[in-house]
Amino acid sequence: MKEANKISSREVTDPAVYFNRRKFIQAGVLATTAVATGVIYHRLNPVGAGDKHKLNTAVIQGVTKPPTATADASGFRVAEPETSLEDITHYNNFYEFSTDKEGVASAAANFETKGWQVSVEGLVRKPKVFGLDDLLKISPPEERVYRMRCVEAWSMVIPWVGFSLSKLLDAVEPLSGAKYVAFETLLDPKRMPGQRSDVLEWPYVEGLRMDEAMHPLAILASGIYGRALPPQDGAPIRLVVPWKYGFKGIKSIVKIKLVADQPRTSWSLYAPNEYGFYANVNPQVDHPRWSQATEQRIGESGRRPTLMFNGYAEQVAHLYADMDLRANF
Amino acid sequence: MKEADIRFAKLLILVNGAVPLALLAWDALHHKLGANPQNFAILTTGMMALIFLVLTMAVTPLRKVSGWNWLANTRRMLGLYAFFYAGAHFLLFFCLDRGFSVSSTLTEMVKRKFLIIGSTALVLMIPLAVTSTNAMIKRLGGKRWRALHRLAYVAAICGVIHYYMQVKADVRQPLVFAGVLAILLGYRLLDYLRQRKPVPIAAKPKVGA
Repeated sequence: MKEANKISSREVTDPAVYFNRRKFIQAGVLATTAVATGVIYHRLNPVGAGDKHKLNTAVIQGVTKPPTATADASGFRVAEPETSLEDITHYNNFYEFSTDKEGVASAAANFETKGWQVSVEGLVRKPKVFGLDDLLKISPPEERVYRMRCVEAWSMVIPWVGFSLSKLLDAVEPLSGAKYVAFETLLDPKRMPGQRSDVLEWPYVEGLRMDEAMHPLAILASGIYGRALPPQDGAPIRLVVPWKYGFKGIKSIVKIKLVADQPRTSWSLYAPNEYGFYANVNPQVDHPRWSQATEQRIGESGRRPTLMFNGYAEQVAHLYADMDLRANF
Repeated sequence: MKEADIRFAKLLILVNGAVPLALLAWDALHHKLGANPQNFAILTTGMMALIFLVLTMAVTPLRKVSGWNWLANTRRMLGLYAFFYAGAHFLLFFCLDRGFSVSSTLTEMVKRKFLIIGSTALVLMIPLAVTSTNAMIKRLGGKRWRALHRLAYVAAICGVIHYYMQVKADVRQPLVFAGVLAILLGYRLLDYLRQRKPVPIAAKPKVGA
């Protein structure tokens, strides 16, 4: 009797222990699933790396800054706080690498631009295939602090390094028949993995009317913040047209061709009712799916009203004096 | 399954459903929502609403396929989370995208098709949330309650269309949602057809016919 009692008291788990163990397991399950949910959540909603590493591309020597007084009238230097380097380099629309704006920087990190060439051709007296160094010698590098307004209703202020596109066009001597300038991005799905998907027609193409291309505000940029462009921002050379939506600023250019007829442009090929050839920033003409009246300036909390021609009306409005901007969006 | 286990299953969903919200708030406080935190918060809450809608709709097929009837007890909380995230999504749009302006929110909502469709989804979920209590189920009666709650299908379809329409060009993610939704709705359609036309034993398909 004594003996049996001893055994049974050893074998039967104390109810308190039993329920504690149960609670313990439940707490474990709860914690594990919560962590798993957290991991899945961050996978589904990735936010850039958040790394604060500095831009380590080459410093561009001899950059001239426009004197502020003249800069104001020319539009070369906007008097608004510059967007942080971190944001400029980690929030990019560059579908050749990724359709995720936060994912372009890492997808483009190893993009090789050695031996880059740009062919300037078409209706010009002196067509030429430029090596990058020769191209950058066309004109001394200048700093231009421009607003950048994306068609998606966000904006930045970016200190570019570049020179007016007109300097290059002058150098190749356009023929009288040249009415437009057509641009083309590199086509190389091995180096630009986004080109393996058919989200857009490749290569990316853009275009400007001749008078737009000759406007001093339109630049070929090779740097930001005094250093060479990192891949995600369009290395080694890109177009910047500050009064137009960002998608006009074609990146990683390999071909510039002067032509007689209005060239095809990537986004208007994709959705002609949503994206036009001109794509001038215009708060009165909405995108069919969203308003263009306001914008989210990156780094600010509230929204800003969008300015006509992105605030460059004084400099460029005359180019469109007789045009219906609603029809030519 | 024991009452206590069902309670624990519900607790699991309660806690896990709050995890994305907690992480979103945490990341926002620590400036870890990327360059465009406003847009990130709006997109993410919308995505969570869709995920919970899909999870809610997955309960019944899963229950029937697996025979785990206790799953039915988790549906209400999943559905309420879908409504909660959809509401947060709308509120963030109102505060951050429209700058607390009622007039601009309203004009945008009637002007943009994708916003009309998204709002439809949210509005449809209001009566479902209101009638989600046991008392309301009793008051309406099972049959009427079930009929009303089929609005969840319409809300989910509207939600996915709303997502698809606002994407600029890369529609892969909305298409994944559409695919999953199609499977869940397709299951219900098949189930309905099977119940309406019980196949007589004699009408088995003949081999070689």
